Amino acid sequence: MTKGQAISLQKDDGGSLTAVRMGLGWQAAPRRGLFGTRTREVDLDASAVLFADKQPVDVVFFRHLVSDDGSVRHTGDNLVGGVGQGGDDEAILVDLARVPVHIDQIVFTVNSFTGQTFQEVQNAFCRLVDETNGQELARYTLAGGGAYTAQIMAKVHRTGASWTMTALGTPANGRTFQDLMPAILPHL
Amino acid sequence: MTAELVRGQNHPLSQARLEIRVSAGTPVVAAATLGDEQGRIHGVEWVAHPGAPTLPGLEVSRQAAADHRLAVDLDAMPEAVHRVSVLLALPTGSGPTRFGAVATPFVAVTGLDGTEIASYTITGLEAESAVVALELYRRQGAWKVRAIGQGYAGGLADLFADQGLAQAHQLAGGIHEAVAQGMARSVPAPPTRTDGDRSRQTAAPALGPDQGGSAPQGAPGTGSGSASPQPTSPYGTQTPGAPGQPAPQPPYQSGSGATDPAQPSAPTSGGPINYSHPGRQTAAPPPPPPTAPPAEPGQPARPVAGDATGWSMDERLYNQVWGMFEDLARTTAAYRSAVDFADSRMEKELDQVLSDPRSRIGGQSDAAREAAQAKHAQLVNQARATLDRDLVQLTAEVEVVEPALPPAYAGWDNPVWHGYRVPMEIPMALRLGDLHLPESAELRIPMLVRLPLERGLWIDSGRGGSIDGSFTDSHDLRRLAMETAVAHAARLLAVYPAGEFAVQVIDPAGSGAQALVPLVQSGVLAAPPALGAAGVADVLARLTQRVDLVQMALRGGAPDSLPPDFDTAQQLLIVNDFPHGFDDRAVNQLRYLADEGPAVGVHLMMVADREEASAYGPLLDPLWRSLLRLTPVPDDHLADPWVGHAWTYEPSLVPPGSQVLHQVLTQVAAARAKYR
Repeated sequence: MTKGQAISLQKDDGGSLTAVRMGLGWQAAPRRGLFGTRTREVDLDASAVLFADKQPVDVVFFRHLVSDDGSVRHTGDNLVGGVGQGGDDEAILVDLARVPVHIDQIVFTVNSFTGQTFQEVQNAFCRLVDETNGQELARYTLAGGGAYTAQIMAKVHRTGASWTMTALGTPANGRTFQDLMPAILPHL
Repeated sequence: MTAELVRGQNHPLSQARLEIRVSAGTPVVAAATLGDEQGRIHGVEWVAHPGAPTLPGLEVSRQAAADHRLAVDLDAMPEAVHRVSVLLALPTGSGPTRFGAVATPFVAVTGLDGTEIASYTITGLEAESAVVALELYRRQGAWKVRAIGQGYAGGLADLFADQGLAQAHQLAGGIHEAVAQGMARSVPAPPTRTDGDRSRQTAAPALGPDQGGSAPQGAPGTGSGSASPQPTSPYGTQTPGAPGQPAPQPPYQSGSGATDPAQPSAPTSGGPINYSHPGRQTAAPPPPPPTAPPAEPGQPARPVAGDATGWSMDERLYNQVWGMFEDLARTTAAYRSAVDFADSRMEKELDQVLSDPRSRIGGQSDAAREAAQAKHAQLVNQARATLDRDLVQLTAEVEVVEPALPPAYAGWDNPVWHGYRVPMEIPMALRLGDLHLPESAELRIPMLVRLPLERGLWIDSGRGGSIDGSFTDSHDLRRLAMETAVAHAARLLAVYPAGEFAVQVIDPAGSGAQALVPLVQSGVLAAPPALGAAGVADVLARLTQRVDLVQMALRGGAPDSLPPDFDTAQQLLIVNDFPHGFDDRAVNQLRYLADEGPAVGVHLMMVADREEASAYGPLLDPLWRSLLRLTPVPDDHLADPWVGHAWTYEPSLVPPGSQVLHQVLTQVAAARAKYR
């Protein structure tokens, strides 16, 4: 999936998806230098911001793991990342059928809590998985990584009765999602 | 097909990419070690643990949790690795320190799609704090899984040392530190779900009538012979070492093969005789919870009582009620936030209409206003429809759950109280009343609190408590408060086994005498209500002394050295009319009891109006804060742990004219007399 590409979450057989998982995985980049194998821990955090008509209504992140209505759940904070071999280090589960009626967009972001830029992170990816059968719907790689500490990854928004995902991939800077609000708003 | 393994049994693995799922009733640390052909670990880099969670082909979780999923890719294992051992350990620090005190852990090997390949319930653990659960091993190029269940009383350090790791102690320390750090940053879960002392498996699985005929789980043809018909203790029975199992020297007595897990076992070799057949597994997993029958297409599933996790019907119903509580809190939160949003959007749009000069001409402004209102109505209707859909489902669930509740969870109007018998076991929880929200006043969620009580209770007899302050004068309210207190106390007496709960009453001016009649006449009180200042001083002095004594015995590590005539029952002290008849010394003793009492089984129930005690100033604030406030009339002062809605609490009272309280207390009194 590339930047700006939109994917409808309608199933091929016409039924629409009921639950999706946004997974985030990464690996700390090895440090160059005398001790070549030494790595520094990178703490990336996945967050989901729920919008109603461009107003943020609720946020799911490591300090608020479940949205008040229970439809969006974070599986828990991961502080060090993983192997980057395809496993999710942090995941946010969205029960689309239970999302309150006024929420029309959900934006997924990733921030570097420890402050490293994405240059120091390897194999970072975000993906969207159909939670009902484990099938991967879309994968979006944090390409290359620049001197940024945050990225607005994707949004899921209502189109009529079903949901559509759009990859955003906009780099930004910030420690938590709050810092990203100005960067998110243009994408709504 | 799932193979249910018994200790020592193995099973071939056809897939290379696997998940190992662990579920334990309490947070555990999961780790894995890699071993060579001899089963030796080459070094700390061959151990995947929370401090170093990933190795090639292996990943474990970074924190202690009740449920784990370990990812394993056998194809990615280095050539030298011939064995992968999956370990579980109890975290150090707070919490249980031996597997014998927690629910039996269950591990399953599954494919990536979640289909179970093999599973194993680790029974028979006692003093161990670490256990090798499973082993994946390479045999002639193919991988197999074997159930191990080897426990270590010395924890991870012993376990690693046994596998030949030189740095066993450092590594074990490092793992526990990593787990502690992970806990420090994680968001605490709702207290009511996690605080539970999971060690108390209240009863042998109590079968509901709807599942009496269901066979225990056990796949025929696996050769495990696990279908033992009688429900057994969740701890199971220790099966002596099975053949084909590598024999590391256990630091604990499993070699003797004869331990009764029901007893805290002293390490003697000649324990009680184990009558179980050595080749037969006697520990069946608990009967499966009744699950809802498959729903018809387009229809939500029909709810079933007990459709939740747990070892006993008691626990399942408790979890189900809490699940309903959370669902109602969340669906209402969704509805409220949608309505709030609709309101604020309409307001904004109407403001815009007013401030736009163009709209003043003609009917444009009216049209815009109508459009804004229509948008508002549409969103609110949509939100209401969603809420109603959920309420229908929850109401249907309440309708099947309420009649299935045991007495401790049931309202006084539930027929189950008419068939009341003095119980043999302490129930998991107690119903203190009902909770509801204004959006769904018809839908009542039972308010269950865990037993033994962790906080004292405060029955508020003050005017501030009532929603509708007009209908009760303060005299009525006081009488109601005392009646509520009696109903709660009677319920506590009834749900504890005979002689394990005692109630004392302080009623300095005798003003509660009328409400106390059911307790006094049936003879369930330890002593008549204490009257006057002397009575107050006497009762408080005795209870304070009791708290001191038990604390001393516990701290000194000698709980057996209490005097032989010591009454070991939990104590509840009902205090009416506070602070009348109380001097400064008595007030201090009361505060001491509120702080220190619950831990040693002494609980307070204050029937009081905070206003009347205001002369004591802030001195009493900690007392009120330490008690759970309940009201004799409906009042919206309780918050749920998820969203913080204000829930209207209504006490569980005996229906007017009903004889149920009298009948129940008569039985309690008779059982008490027999017990003595």
